[in-house]
This record gives sequence, C-alpha cells and structure tokens, in this order.
Amino acid sequence: MADTTTENNMTDLALEHPIEGDITVPGAPDDESDELSTLDEPVVITVKRDLKAVGIKFFHVLWPKQSKTLLREWDLWGPLILCILLGMMLQGSSADDNSDGGPQFAEVFVIVTGGAIIVTLNSQLLGGTISFFQSVCVLGYCVLPLNVALIVCRLVLLAPEQTTALFVIRFAIVFVGFVWSTFASMAFLADSQPINRKALAVYPICLFYFIIGWMILSHTHS
Amino acid sequence: MDTRESWYGGPDSGKHPREESAVIDLGTLDDDDSSTGGSEGFTRKSPPGSQYGDEEKSTGEFVGSSAANLVWLAGKQQAQKAFNLYGNIDILRPYFDVEPKDVIDRLIHSFIPQKVTGTPQKVFGELYGPLMVIFTLVAIILMGMKSSGHVVREGTLMGTAFGVCFGYWIFASCLIFMLAYVCNTHITLLQVLSLTGYSLSSHCIVLFVTTVLHSTESHYLFYLLWLSVGGMAVLKMVTVYVSRTSGKSQKLMLAGLVVSLHLFFMLYLHFAYHNVAEVPGVVKEPVIHHPVVPDRLERDIQLDSKLSNSANDAVQEVIRKVAPKHVEAVDEIEAVHPNVVVPDSDAVRDAAVVNDDNPVQDALKDTISNIDNAQLNAPIDKLVDQVKENDA
Repeated sequence: MADTTTENNMTDLALEHPIEGDITVPGAPDDESDELSTLDEPVVITVKRDLKAVGIKFFHVLWPKQSKTLLREWDLWGPLILCILLGMMLQGSSADDNSDGGPQFAEVFVIVTGGAIIVTLNSQLLGGTISFFQSVCVLGYCVLPLNVALIVCRLVLLAPEQTTALFVIRFAIVFVGFVWSTFASMAFLADSQPINRKALAVYPICLFYFIIGWMILSHTHS
Repeated sequence: MDTRESWYGGPDSGKHPREESAVIDLGTLDDDDSSTGGSEGFTRKSPPGSQYGDEEKSTGEFVGSSAANLVWLAGKQQAQKAFNLYGNIDILRPYFDVEPKDVIDRLIHSFIPQKVTGTPQKVFGELYGPLMVIFTLVAIILMGMKSSGHVVREGTLMGTAFGVCFGYWIFASCLIFMLAYVCNTHITLLQVLSLTGYSLSSHCIVLFVTTVLHSTESHYLFYLLWLSVGGMAVLKMVTVYVSRTSGKSQKLMLAGLVVSLHLFFMLYLHFAYHNVAEVPGVVKEPVIHHPVVPDRLERDIQLDSKLSNSANDAVQEVIRKVAPKHVEAVDEIEAVHPNVVVPDSDAVRDAAVVNDDNPVQDALKDTISNIDNAQLNAPIDKLVDQVKENDA
C-alpha cells in the first residue's frame, strides 16, 4: 500500500513537473543549431525580416512616442541606409561644381558616423544607462526626418528660378525636419539620462542635427 | 569554465591555447589573474603536450611553438591590462560631473573678470563645457563657410576646422600650462584646459555675429567685437592667472602669452575662414568669396555666373582682337587672378594664358584686374556693352 501511494504521489509530481527537454551540457552549442537554422533559410526571407524590422523602426521614428522598441532590438541597418542616402543626395553632380562628388560623400559619412559616436560617448560620460550601440542606433534612425526634408528640398530645387520665397520654404522644411529629429531622439533617449542632466545630453544632439540640417540647407546645386 | 569548455570537445576546444591537450591542468585556471601563474601553467603543461602531441615534430620545433604560445599569452594579457587601464571610459567620468546651471554660470562668468585680490580665484576643472564650446565653434565656422556660397572642397575645410579648433585648445593649453609651471603658478592642467575652453565661447559669439552681420567692405564690426568681447574674456583669464602667480615679471609673461594667443586666434579664425583665396594645399581652384547675408545668396550666384560669362567673353574678344597669333587657341587662355569669381570650371579652363613674358598676358591681366567682383558697376558693364557692340 505504501508503494502505490508513493507511486501515485510520484505520478502526480510527474504530471505537475514533467521531465522533458534535452539533456544537454550547459554551455554546449545549443545556439549553433539556432543560428544554423537562420543560415539555412532562403536569403529572401532574411532580407524581408530585416527590412520589416527596419521599417517598423522607421515608423517609430516618424511617430515618436515613448517606446522601447528601438532600444531593445537595435540594429545598424537603418542608420547605414540613411547615411548612404544622405551622402548620395548631398553629393550633387560633379559637372556643376568645382569639387567632385567624392569628398562630399565622405564628409557626410564621417560627420554622421563620427557625430553619432561623439554624442553617444558624451551621453555615456554624463551617466547614461544605455549601451553604445543602442545610442548609435537611435541617433542614426532619427536622421530619417532630415532625409525626408532633403528629398523635399531637392524637389523644390527643381524649380527653374530660385527666389527668396523658395529659400524660405526650404529653410522652413529643414527646420521642421531638424525639430522632428531632435524630438524623436529625445523621446527615445529621455529615460536613459539622469533627470537633472537631460539638457546636457540634449545639447550635443541638437548640434549634431543642426550641422546635418545646415549641410542640407546649403546644398543648392541640383 | 575550462572543464566545461574542453569536456564536450568539438572545434572550439582547439581555439584556446590552453586546451590543446586533453589533460586538464588545474594550475592553469588562474592564468588570467597573474602572469606568473600563466608561465607556471605553461611549464607544467608542456610535458604532457609532448607525450600527447605529434611524434613527427622535433623537440626544437615543439619548444619553438610553445615559446610562441607563451609570448602570445603574455602579450594578450598585457594588452588586456593596458586596455582596461587606458581604454576605460570611466576615467573621464568625473570631469563630466556637472549640472546644466553650473555650465551656464561658468559660461557667463567667463566674460566677467573678477578683481584681483590676494587670494587665488576659484577655477572649476571640467571638460564638458569646453568640449561643447569647441563643437559649437566648429559648427559656427562651418556655417560661416557655407553661408558665403563658395564651392571649395568642403571635406578638406571641415577637417581643417576641426583640427584647428581642437588643436588650438590643446596646444594653447599645454603652452600656457608649461609657462605657468615655469612661472610657478598654482594651477593644474585640467584647470588650464577648462579656462581656455570656456574662453573660446567669446570666439563663438564674435564669429557668429560677424558671419550673420558682416558687411562686404569693412571689418569695423569685427574689430569692435574683437576688442570688447574678446577683451573681456581674455581679461577674465588674465585675472585668474595673475591671482595665482607671484612675482611681477612672471605675471606679465603669463598675461602676455594668454592675451596674444587668445586675440590672435580670433583674428586668424575671422580672416582665414572668411576669405579663402588661393591657399595652397587647401583650395585647388582660385576661388574667392565675400561674406554675404544668406537671403542675397541666390541673386549673387546668378550675378556671379553672368559676370564670369561676360568676363570670359570679354577676355576672349580682347585676345582675338589684340593678338590672334600669340596664342594657339582661344580655348587655352587661362587667367589666374584672385579677384575673378569662377563658379564653374569651364570658365577657368577657357580663360588661360599660354605664354609668359607676353605683352598679351599683361594686357589680359590689366583687363582682368579691372573686373572687381565686389563692385558690380560701371567698368564691367562698360566692358560687357563694348563686347556686345562688337558682336552686333
């Protein structure tokens, strides 16, 4: 009788806490099998998944609310795409101006990458709680409104005669892009700074987007 | 950890130099903490390795490879130690420990000299304020270059602007600190860096105002601001240094150095980044720009292109009429004169002089020297009209 009782108890226990799963060595290559499975999948699926992630983050930047998505699943694809787009469009055609396109693209690339790194280092030194790449990711993604402003400015520059009114329109567009970028990055980075030092972290971000905005505004060649 | 890593074997176990043999040596577990432990671990490890290893290897080869492993491990540990020591960003953290209102206070007080009393004046040593001031200065210099509407290779100038600002900050601070050390001033390098950095805010203000409000002819506004704003900032620095130095001649030397560095740098920034004309190594084409207010920018570009076209036409006409035999082709005429505005390269190519010591070249230069970019009035219109009359 004692045996059956024990057996019943053990069955109940087994039902409550089923022993299942792989008996693996801790630290053994579990992860390798997961990575192999994404390596095996068709490239189209990987690209689609990454593009979808980038697209979701773009949407979060254009409609900024306090959200942790950008920080939690950071990636650097978006900043790279935006940086290259910015550099290509700010390059201009080499026939129009004396300087050829090369240094301008490199200049934009260096300014965006270098600026993002410097601003990140600054926010870390001020006591920020997010990691280096998360901050670079947020700053890179928040260049999107300025990219949109650049595209609109290029359309404005297609007009045959550039008048002062058109310059004012371009100025307004770039200003809106600048303010949008700054607010978007503030929405994501706000929580990571100590409360009384937010202004110290925001100022270099403003300066960074101001320089990019000024490069966009002063690009007058079509 | 070593036990686990080497237990299930596989391709990873060969990576770590300590796991080449299947024998687990507990003495090697503490290798990361001390270099002596590492060398002991290796000397203990090598005999089992030689039994386990390849019999084809000679003893010499094996000693060589184990010595190489030893060097590798020692080098890796040194590198890790050096990185943890110097690459640690936390070293700089105490210098960024400021509040926003502190920064604003210090910015304002960098223009307010305090009266020199016997006691040394308080200087805060921090790096956030100076760094932000320098980045602002770089942004203002960039803005000044762009608003002038020039087409110089901006990449080179951007790098130069960064290099100049940071270079001045560090170089001037080091120079002042060296002299302060010689003059026995009670000040640290961090405080000197901080003072110099905050004094650059006067440069920011002066350059910003002159970029926005500069007139094309005179520099009176700049000189006024240079003396007033720059003077206040440098006076503040001088009072700090004087209050911390004893000895009259030392005070004078230090004050003289600080004043000269500060004011000359402001002069340099204004004149170097407003009139970029034929600086070798920086600008390849002879381009000049005068500072204009942005809302006149578009009109000036149109006028400049019209001017260059008419200047080009005038020059070609002159050459055709005066000395058609002296030049191979009108297309090869090249004019190199800093007062000509040439926004497109075609105009540069088309206005070139082939020969030296040529009376044609002198005539050409005289003609071009009459084309003054800043004065869009009678001479150039007259020339253009003359050319048009000749064409008609």
